[in-house]
Amino acid sequence: MAQHQVNYLKDGGLPVALTTIDKVVNWGRSNSIWALTYGLACCGIEMMASGASRYDFDRFGTIFRASPRQAELMVVAGTLTKKHAEFIRRLYDQMTEPKWVISMGSCANTGGMFNTYATVQGVDRVIPVDLYLPGCAPRPETLQYAVMMLQQKIRKEPASRAQKPKRLM
Amino acid sequence: MRAYTPKDDVQKKSYYTDRFWVAPQVAKSEVSDDAVFAADLEAIKAKFDVLDAYIQVEQMVVVINANDNYAVLELLKNDREYTQLSEMSAIDWLAQEGKFEIFYQILSMAKRKRIRIKCKIDEKEAIQSVEKLFRSADWSEREMYDMFGVVVNNHPFMKRILMPEDWEGFPLRKTYPLQGDEFAAWYEVDRIFGKEAREIIGPENRDPARIDRYDTKRFSRLGHEVPFGADISQGEPDTPLVYQEQEGVFMIDKFDAEKSVVISDRHR
Repeated sequence: MAQHQVNYLKDGGLPVALTTIDKVVNWGRSNSIWALTYGLACCGIEMMASGASRYDFDRFGTIFRASPRQAELMVVAGTLTKKHAEFIRRLYDQMTEPKWVISMGSCANTGGMFNTYATVQGVDRVIPVDLYLPGCAPRPETLQYAVMMLQQKIRKEPASRAQKPKRLM
Repeated sequence: MRAYTPKDDVQKKSYYTDRFWVAPQVAKSEVSDDAVFAADLEAIKAKFDVLDAYIQVEQMVVVINANDNYAVLELLKNDREYTQLSEMSAIDWLAQEGKFEIFYQILSMAKRKRIRIKCKIDEKEAIQSVEKLFRSADWSEREMYDMFGVVVNNHPFMKRILMPEDWEGFPLRKTYPLQGDEFAAWYEVDRIFGKEAREIIGPENRDPARIDRYDTKRFSRLGHEVPFGADISQGEPDTPLVYQEQEGVFMIDKFDAEKSVVISDRHR
């Protein structure tokens, strides 16, 4: 008897995969992170290099979009000036939920070397940040690792429920 | 004996200062040394007051009255072939003399000569625009207004060019603090969230060397990452770098070195 036990949770040779809705949705979300191009300074060059053929972001499903309506990840790559702060907030608000933010490089994290009147001392004063990426500028491998960390984070989040909206304040 | 100056704050400065440093002056020579410049200066002197004139680094420097700035540049452009304004701006001498120095750097491609026209104005005084003569003065004068607060009369579009239009203060004045005043410190918070959000967001951290070993909101240690805001005063666990969850990811095969194949013929 026991020799012919069927494990119904395995596919049993049938083209069927059993899983949870959460995993399917998160699988889709984490492997199609469309990023808003947000190159503000020299980090933007590294971000572009990450998207180009040598480092090839497309294999992670990360495709750069020029519109916030089509994007769910904002890679803030570079120095955010105080004049620009309100526009980054407006573009963040225009992105559809769920959305994530990677703060790339020292300038975006803390203002970096620009300890001056004209620079926002860290983008987290304006928008909520999920991942801080150190470096000046971080190499493309670092940004790739950050995206992989973000994928892990997305997979941990419950997808079936409405996402808890992130609020800075 | 050298006059005493207080040196108490030297230790507090984060950068090196040489307290015995004397600003070097480039040697000046007479305008009559150069025939081309001498003729130009004569043309100016025939119509306008010249307060000072000399040659420095092969350029003639002419100090004039601020009221004559447009007329002198018009003369130099139309009659003396100085057809380009390569640079113009102001210098803040408010602390020393209570005046701004305005300079116009002009170039003659035909003569291969450069002249610098200088004039001084008071803090509240306005200067005549030279935008009608040189189009390049358009943005330069706006920048001068933006950075120093020097008002330019008859300018076609007298607005700030670099800073936001609702900015307060003039950043390149010597009295403006490098890290900004109260207005600058809260600018983006006031602009986006409103003044009532100041308490929630908190002041800027302007100390680049600030490190708090147990702060898990602003710091993390590679290989020892913990959740945001966790208490690590009792030590934190090791978290080795991983690219994927240990149990694997749904519908994605984990790379296995045992099952991988090394391709010997790369042209197969």
